[in-house]
Amino acid sequence: MDKALLAFGRAVRLVLLVVLALLFLIPFYLLVRNGLSTEADITSPDWTFFPSHLQWSNVTELFDDPAVPMARSLLNSAMIAVATTVGTVVLASLAGYGLARIPYRWSDQVFYAILGTLMVPAAVTFVPSFVLVSSLGWISTLRGLIIPTIFSAFACFIFRQYFLGFPAELEDAAKVDGLGYWRTYWRIVVPNSRPVFAAVSVIVFIGAWNAFLWPLVIGQDQSAWTVQVALSTFTTAQVVNIHELFVAAAVSMLPLLLVFLLLQRHIVAGIERSGIED
Amino acid sequence: MFTYVPLLWSVYLSFFDAHNTVSPHHFVGLDNYASMLGDRAFTDSLETFGVFALFIVPATFALSLGLALMVNRLRYAQAFFRSVFFLPAACSYVVAALIWKLSIFNGVRFGLANTVLGWFGADQTAWLSTTHPPWYWLVIVTVRLWLQAGFYMILFLAGLQRIPPQLYEAAAVDGARPGWQVFRHITFPQLRATSVAVALLLVINAFQAFDEFYNLLSDSRGYPPYARPPLVYLYNTALGRGQNLGEGSAGAVLLALIIAVVTVGQARWFGLARRED
Repeated sequence: MDKALLAFGRAVRLVLLVVLALLFLIPFYLLVRNGLSTEADITSPDWTFFPSHLQWSNVTELFDDPAVPMARSLLNSAMIAVATTVGTVVLASLAGYGLARIPYRWSDQVFYAILGTLMVPAAVTFVPSFVLVSSLGWISTLRGLIIPTIFSAFACFIFRQYFLGFPAELEDAAKVDGLGYWRTYWRIVVPNSRPVFAAVSVIVFIGAWNAFLWPLVIGQDQSAWTVQVALSTFTTAQVVNIHELFVAAAVSMLPLLLVFLLLQRHIVAGIERSGIED
Repeated sequence: MFTYVPLLWSVYLSFFDAHNTVSPHHFVGLDNYASMLGDRAFTDSLETFGVFALFIVPATFALSLGLALMVNRLRYAQAFFRSVFFLPAACSYVVAALIWKLSIFNGVRFGLANTVLGWFGADQTAWLSTTHPPWYWLVIVTVRLWLQAGFYMILFLAGLQRIPPQLYEAAAVDGARPGWQVFRHITFPQLRATSVAVALLLVINAFQAFDEFYNLLSDSRGYPPYARPPLVYLYNTALGRGQNLGEGSAGAVLLALIIAVVTVGQARWFGLARRED
């Protein structure tokens, strides 16, 4: 009796999981379906699961449309995401290492000050940050889009937690060999900490690629639009055809999907190990 | 530096009349604060945040915990299901809002929701522009639920894997029946630290809501008067037509104070509760 009940419970759970998984996948399907459909297929009142035929020319049409700065936006997004990732990882890892290993008088207070910024939401800083960036004359420049975002308290926190657990024996050996903090860091610590660097890079890259509010505020000229801002402008202004819009959205997701499929293990491990819960 | 310098600057700016300028001369004292607090749109935006948090925090918490519990007990295909639920994290709010607005919850008949409801003979609903009943909440909450549930599921999974298996063995010896009893007396208490962190993150994230509201609700004519969270309101005040940076800064300072009180309060509350255990 009990065994039958357990088997029944397991079956119910599996069915529920499959249904939920399908629900989670539907939006992706719609994105691809609409991106490869004709406009008539998308807006037809007799909606069908499969489009009447796959229209691959949507992709070329999108990049040929002079009204849509798609290639430019993608390039901007790529430059911003890469620069933000590199900048954040270098700065946050150095800061994290310093906080974990170099004892000085105010190190705890500095750490709490950095941790405190995690609690201050973007809602509070975006107006003053905008004021700061505009008084520097950085509106609609890549500088303005990148530099204010590369100080990540979150990344710094993860690196500090990781370096606290780094085996001190390795560093002691380096010290005996006469290496200073700087060279110990580059020669011993970095090469032995690849997983945490990979995880933070991926998380920061995803965040930078998907960022919206800051690029919207700073990238006021079309030449400084990121792909997210471009997409959003199309949806609210309705300057493009609906099938072009969907294929643009699908194209904007491709780089991240690749990153996700290739590095999923690192992302999950990075989040699990981030120590948010402790 | 890019948090504290702007924050101090905005405290300074908030005492000035700063329209279209970042170097103000006209000192107005607390006038900006008075006009912010007297502004219905500002207090409404706080109310919108409250309603939104009331929906999204419990919904995400329950769904991500449920997914984690179910995925954790799978013997095979665990990685597959975990990937499927985590995949939306790769999607931006802009793209998700586009799918929701133009494909699922479109007001006309080619929207998926109206098509499916049509099979059951239901009337068509203009999901985003109907305010009585406020169907737009359904659209706003489901977008975010889809985007973030997988991430929190991963946090819960990590928490579940840290529970020592001996606890479950002891419970089985004591005759606890697997299922609800074990969950209530062992699993959930053991997930305490994770749960507190998840709840805290969910509230902070709800407070920062901007992307999906902006992309779902605004169109070429602007933003409708309903469902405007604090960040959208600030965006309009500081960078909209008025470019009123003084009032915008005052609003930012007020929000900082509110979120500080909420966060400290929440931490206190959970902290005190823990001491009683």
